[in-house]
Amino acid sequence: MDPTRRRLLILLPAAAAAWKYVLAGTPEAAPGYKLSEHWWGMLIDIPKCIGCGSCSRACTEENDVPEGYYRTWIERYHVADWKIERPDVESPDGGKQGFPPSEDFGGKNFFVPKLCNHCADSPCTQVCPVGATFVTPDGVVLVDKAYCLGCRYCVQACPYGCRFINPKTNTAEKCSLCYHRITKGLTTACCEVCPTGARQLADLKNPKDPIHEYLKTHTVQVLKPHMATGSKVFYNGMDGSVR
Amino acid sequence: MFRDIEHLIRLAVVMAIVLIGFIVLRSAVVPRSFGQYGHYRGAAIAEVAARAPVFAGHEVCEACHAEVVEQKKVGRHVVIPCETCHAAQGRHADDPASVKPEKLDTAVLCARCHERNSAKPKSFPQVVSAEHSSGLACDTCHQPHRPKIEAQAELKRPEARR
Repeated sequence: MDPTRRRLLILLPAAAAAWKYVLAGTPEAAPGYKLSEHWWGMLIDIPKCIGCGSCSRACTEENDVPEGYYRTWIERYHVADWKIERPDVESPDGGKQGFPPSEDFGGKNFFVPKLCNHCADSPCTQVCPVGATFVTPDGVVLVDKAYCLGCRYCVQACPYGCRFINPKTNTAEKCSLCYHRITKGLTTACCEVCPTGARQLADLKNPKDPIHEYLKTHTVQVLKPHMATGSKVFYNGMDGSVR
Repeated sequence: MFRDIEHLIRLAVVMAIVLIGFIVLRSAVVPRSFGQYGHYRGAAIAEVAARAPVFAGHEVCEACHAEVVEQKKVGRHVVIPCETCHAAQGRHADDPASVKPEKLDTAVLCARCHERNSAKPKSFPQVVSAEHSSGLACDTCHQPHRPKIEAQAELKRPEARR
């Protein structure tokens, strides 16, 4: 068995493949849930939103979000006549306690719920220097708390302002699309409590999900489409003034 | 051709030790699941997914509280999930005997949705609570599970009951 060049060339890739397998470890099987069978997103129907703040309150309760920080929040838009480029936007306490009664000043008034857009090509995961944030194979942007350094690159990179540093853990935090719920067959906490159905969890890989029919029959938009982030939070009936 | 190769062997030994040291250190430091799905710790996905839900979900509530489901059927609040008003009841669902839901304050709760606001959709029922009830709690007149006042009278008619 002399080490000819031919033998070596055969052995090297095999050894590399074996080494890669050793590094990766054995894949963990989650019972009944296949990562490859899902591709999560959300549908937000702006004409249905009443700004009650249930989603933001539920999110805080479900995910133990520290006070003054929001994984999801609601913005109230007031677009005065002739001022579509300069809308007045407010979100007192993330809309958690509802919104103060407002006079009808004319113009356009509406609520816009916001959350992580779970971008397919997310800018936040690209800047992480240690691989502590990532897009899962089922399309959810998550943070690995054990690996996060708290360097804040991702907080700056998110064009939607959806990330913050948790003051207790000093790690990056964001909407996880209630990953601990959706992998168990439940919907997210915000979608669970929405009284008008303005928020709906969508599984884009599930052919039976009503999202497909909805996307076919409605003109939906995503936030900041010019940034090509591959956002998967679809807004129906969104005004052009929404930032 | 290579007669004095001793120094080359020594160099090779040093390089081999460094390489083995690097490989051992790397495999000790890098988590085993790193790179399983991409440039991150694959086990983190299962860790995030492992947390217990706080909100039970309305299907769980409806399994026990069938009488409320019947009440809600009559009114427009039929579409509203239980925990929108009753807050997270996952702990109550796990242990219904010892964990009881809190009593709700309708004056605060109803207003969150129904207080007049120009940004709300025009078709959504809204009131100015100061004018509408002058401070009375909403459940003085309305039963929150079937809020329309006529609906309660209708419920008493046997043909509407079913």
